[in-house]
Amino acid sequence: MIARLLGLVAALLFVAGCLHARGDRVIFIAEGNPEKLSDWGLFTVADGRIAPHAGMVTYELNSPLFSDYAQKWRTVWMPKGVAATYDPATSFDFPVGTIVTKTFYYTTPADAASPQTSDAVIKATPASYQSGVAGLDLKHVRLIETRLLVRRAEGWVAFPYVWNAEGTDATLERTGADVPLTFVDGAERTDFTYSVPNQNQCAGCHVQDFRTRKVMPIGLKARHLNRAFPGEGGEINQLQRLVALGYLKGVPGSGVPQNANWEDGKADPAALARAYLDINCSHCHNATGAARTSGLWLDAGTVDPRLLGTCKPPVAAGRGTGDRPFDIVPGHPETSIIAYRLASRDPGEMMPELGRSLTHKEGVALVTEYILTLKGACERVGGPG
Amino acid sequence: MTRTGLLAACAMLALLGGCGGAKTDANGFTVDPDFEKRLQQQLLDAKPGDVVTIPAGKYKLTRSLSLTADGVTVKGAGMDKTVLSFAGQTSGAEGMLVTGDDFTLQDLALEDTKGDALKVNGVKNTVIRRVRAEWTGGGKTSNGAYGLYPVQVTNVLIEGSVVKGASDAGIYVGQSTNIIVRNNRAEGNVAGIEIENSTGADVYGNTATGNTGGILVFNMPNLPVPGSKTRVFKNKITANNHANFGAKGSAVSSVPPGSGVIVNSNDLVEIFDNDIGDNQTANVIISSYYSTGFDTKKGVSAAYDPFPQNIYVTGNRFVGGGTDPGTKYAPLKALAGGALPAVLWDGFVDLEVPKAGICVQNGDAKLFNADGPHKFVGAKIDTSVDCAPAARLPEIKLPDGMTKEK
Repeated sequence: MIARLLGLVAALLFVAGCLHARGDRVIFIAEGNPEKLSDWGLFTVADGRIAPHAGMVTYELNSPLFSDYAQKWRTVWMPKGVAATYDPATSFDFPVGTIVTKTFYYTTPADAASPQTSDAVIKATPASYQSGVAGLDLKHVRLIETRLLVRRAEGWVAFPYVWNAEGTDATLERTGADVPLTFVDGAERTDFTYSVPNQNQCAGCHVQDFRTRKVMPIGLKARHLNRAFPGEGGEINQLQRLVALGYLKGVPGSGVPQNANWEDGKADPAALARAYLDINCSHCHNATGAARTSGLWLDAGTVDPRLLGTCKPPVAAGRGTGDRPFDIVPGHPETSIIAYRLASRDPGEMMPELGRSLTHKEGVALVTEYILTLKGACERVGGPG
Repeated sequence: MTRTGLLAACAMLALLGGCGGAKTDANGFTVDPDFEKRLQQQLLDAKPGDVVTIPAGKYKLTRSLSLTADGVTVKGAGMDKTVLSFAGQTSGAEGMLVTGDDFTLQDLALEDTKGDALKVNGVKNTVIRRVRAEWTGGGKTSNGAYGLYPVQVTNVLIEGSVVKGASDAGIYVGQSTNIIVRNNRAEGNVAGIEIENSTGADVYGNTATGNTGGILVFNMPNLPVPGSKTRVFKNKITANNHANFGAKGSAVSSVPPGSGVIVNSNDLVEIFDNDIGDNQTANVIISSYYSTGFDTKKGVSAAYDPFPQNIYVTGNRFVGGGTDPGTKYAPLKALAGGALPAVLWDGFVDLEVPKAGICVQNGDAKLFNADGPHKFVGAKIDTSVDCAPAARLPEIKLPDGMTKEK
């Protein structure tokens, strides 16, 4: 009996030891390319749930980037005793050790025998929305990838991890991956290839200033985070939560910019579209981004209508023009290049260039509505004479 | 073994990739499923000074390749031996996207990319040597826009390359500085070679034929820097009479089929010692942005200068051409007496600048001023252009390391 008891204790210790070795604490890894997502000690996957570990704060953006209708769960974690510094326009200045995660997942059909291997994925609805604050219920979820942005001494480093078929862990795929899926939107089924970016492609969006070529977070800016969201302290402003947790300092008492929530049907169409274009386009389309060469700047701070595309001829759109003359023709989405490229699924003409292969119908509708509200015409000029 | 048996064995081995060379499938593609991943991994891991070598073979790729590291050379076994085919590409707006300084690409081909074949963005010192960028199905609007496309690059060398079938420009140097484009062949593109909003370019020893427009020197509005100082010389620019298959709205969609050299809204351009012939609209066209049809009050930056100024055409050998002017220039044929002379100018001038500096000293070659401002009413041979610039443009010099073979 004693022997059996000892055996049981040993077994328990062994299990506990294992759990401990697997870790329930987040580990900042200062160098190298950790092969498994689990190396970072970020999540526990058990009992049909994936749960975040202590110190990881789930956040949501006012208007998120569209990624082939994938649902996203975002967290930020920081070591004890350090904090990020607020900036009104750019990404906050995060301390070394910060780990940002974004898990891309889809809701799977209710009858899918094994959600994690279901090729069919369905459009999210309010019913399938998960805040992620306490992790995700995986009952009808296929985890695709978890991207990490890690603030190391040398700067931010991006790591794309792709989930395995069992949904137990994800493996670093520095060269990216292609995941064939079928998107189900009511009766409509669309086959598409979900593309996990390679590490350089991560930089393609996250380098927002070609001079420094520094990888920076995109969503962790005041205007995207300035909103209420559940979590520690209840449903409160996210910036205030980060301040209360000691993760952020320097937030002013007033004047914090705020983008519109793109799904807020009551807001001004221009505000909705500008928020949408800001998060989807402006990491490249700004004065220092990769698409600075186009002369089309779509960041929230740009006010000149011409820089925002009004009557602006394209520079290097090639066949991306869709046979249309100007980026935006006020009142005429059907002759505006922006609307064409947002709707296109052809890699040679679509915008954004990366991160989608489906058309975001709701996003196109938003931009269409915005163009319809714009007044004026693109009068041709014959020149002096 | 009998002779037949030997042949049969060899045929078997050939199927398996034996009897010489790597395994290939029925369509001639190298059988190497890990190739794409391995190459991208090499590009991710590349450090300054590294040479990434791609052996001979025809390889299928499905995604854009991307390189961000400085000082990397990517090298194949020859533009007809190492072929990267993007016919089955599912993602990425380029075949290859580079954002690293001191980049060299040489001796390989990029075929059938969905968007641009090679784009190099915002760096210094780019060398593209003996690279073929081609859309193999001929000129189609569905082809990618640009073949070889450095943009905002300081110091560019493109030499010995071949570009075919681009639905915009085969070689497109945009918003760059200090450029040599030499000894390339551009064929069957909308624009063969285009220098746009760039400063200091020598374009020589190239052959541009069968394009809609052979060599273009353009300035577009709304960009950070206007271009100037391009020399186009010792090129062979013949029979660029291809129908324009550029998408409407694109800058090159305004190019009339049959254009040899076009200078649009650019300044300080010299065109000399070229063989230019049989371009049906005109062998040389000098025009302003007003002739593109894209100008609007709202859409063009106030700082933009739409007028070509200080353009010098001299010592070229012109043959034929001007016999069938395209698009808006078609009515000029009758006005010019059956065929346009060697040089066509749309005649738009900045009223605040006393002299446009449009000079033609080219033997018997004449300039036809289309009088664009008055819708061709006063179109005529302009005999007042026998002038020369006060000083000629200097030769472009690149850092030594760029012109030496690696």
